[in-house]
Amino acid sequence: MSSMTLNYRMTAFNTIVWKEVRRWLRIWVQTLVPPVITISLYFVIFGNLIGSRIGEMGGYSYMEFIVPGLIMMAVINNSYANVVSSFFSQKYQRSIEELLVSPVPNYVILSGFVIGGVGRGLAIGFIATLVSLFFSGLHMHNLFITIMVVLMSSIVFALGGFINAIFANKFDDITIIPTFVLTPLIYLGGVFYSVQLLPDFWRGVSQLNPIFYMINAFRYGILGVSDVNVWFAFFMLLVFMVVLFAFSLFLLHRGKGLRH
Amino acid sequence: MTSAITIKDLYKTYDNGFQALKGISLDVQEGDFFALLGANGAGKSTTIGVLSTLVRKTSGTVQVFGKNVDANSYETKLNLGVVPQEVNFNHFEKVFDIVVTQGGYYGMPVKLAKERAEKYLRQLGLWDKHDQQARNLSGGMKRRLLIARALVHEPRLLLLDEPTAGVDIELRRSTWDFLQQINRSGTTIVLTTHYLEEAESLCRNIAMIDGGVIVENTSIKSLLRKLQQEHFLLDMREELAKAPSLNGFACELMDPSTLEVILESHQDLNDVFTELKALNIQVKSMRNKSNRLEQLFISLLQKPEQS
Repeated sequence: MSSMTLNYRMTAFNTIVWKEVRRWLRIWVQTLVPPVITISLYFVIFGNLIGSRIGEMGGYSYMEFIVPGLIMMAVINNSYANVVSSFFSQKYQRSIEELLVSPVPNYVILSGFVIGGVGRGLAIGFIATLVSLFFSGLHMHNLFITIMVVLMSSIVFALGGFINAIFANKFDDITIIPTFVLTPLIYLGGVFYSVQLLPDFWRGVSQLNPIFYMINAFRYGILGVSDVNVWFAFFMLLVFMVVLFAFSLFLLHRGKGLRH
Repeated sequence: MTSAITIKDLYKTYDNGFQALKGISLDVQEGDFFALLGANGAGKSTTIGVLSTLVRKTSGTVQVFGKNVDANSYETKLNLGVVPQEVNFNHFEKVFDIVVTQGGYYGMPVKLAKERAEKYLRQLGLWDKHDQQARNLSGGMKRRLLIARALVHEPRLLLLDEPTAGVDIELRRSTWDFLQQINRSGTTIVLTTHYLEEAESLCRNIAMIDGGVIVENTSIKSLLRKLQQEHFLLDMREELAKAPSLNGFACELMDPSTLEVILESHQDLNDVFTELKALNIQVKSMRNKSNRLEQLFISLLQKPEQS
């Protein structure tokens, strides 16, 4: 690869990322405000009002226990939502053809959309962390693990959003997965409880939920407590990243839903 | 002279079984202004789609400036600008951003992309709207924005899929002027159209496509030479009550002041005027009836049915 084409690829990548970031910044009332309101309500209702009656969980107050899970939930939801809605909209109104007729390689297109979605996920995660400071003190057990887990989880779900958008044929199709798959997995992934509270059978079932590993690894980074082995969680995240990236590239290369 | 486009035995069958292209072959020289003419569903847009890689061919070879589109997509796409038939930009983006972003997709630094965007938006009369969302543009302006977007990286080959469909006459003329200017500066242009007047006014060479097959591929001049008859409209200085009897010429009174005269290829226009002068009929002005290519087009399409 010559330096000229490397420069070209970097310019194209930056263009896609900046276009994506500009999009979610332009409609910040739709993209940034609602998740912050939702997470604030969770903090108030579950953390403050109900949490005060629950007592400790995993050695921390209930509020402190749910903060990492709620931040991770916001990151996951928004990374996914950004890519699925942006890519599907561009596919639907065919503005994606701007990119498809240009020389931008498929992996640059995919990376650009993913990083654009990760940007929104991390921005929401950052705002959610700031909001959480009104309700709870800031703990940081391991900064590196915290950042790596949130970044990798965000990438995994941005890729998930991309695949959803590729297969979607109508706007209904981009809400089905978040509603019927993503939300149950997040709620059953240990955001609000420790799996130690569950009967053996359901504790075993929880191990099949990928989000369970992400939330626990993130909680480990912040609080130092986890229901799973953190390195196994990293391994799972890495596997998901590689598999979903490869599958997304395969779909782009095939032109699924994009080229006739 | 090098070929801008070389297409050989191009076939395309869509997933639903519709065979859009049935083995077309085409050669467009660099610097040409080339028309691909055909009715709706003839295969024009599919051909443009294959060139721009939005449509995957079933078989055949497609080269742009001597490079195979499949094997050298990076090089061929860099040389290509595409103006689609349907508006396909994000309507909520600003006009300027749409063009600058496209520059970025072609690896242009932001400063250069902004300069080029301003240049082409000005040339296409859109600079006043550059800070507005694209949805606020009129239909004609949207089509010109598509042209500005396709030109931002200054491609050697510009593909336009019915660029003036639904555009009013004034805008159509100004778009034609602009395209001719771009072509004179060295850009090869291929446009699809079903406006025969457009092809006649702009293009040097033409291919007529029907049912996925090229039925004619020649220069506009030699195509017009094939016309068996031409229709002229004569504006009379004084109104006529009925069509005059002209020896050897068919004519019809369109309205009291306009006479349509049909001239066979072996006949001379001078003889028409001699006849009219003998009848003491004064002609104020004269024009071609604009559908002469249309007659030829229809006759070409009818040929296979007759044979």
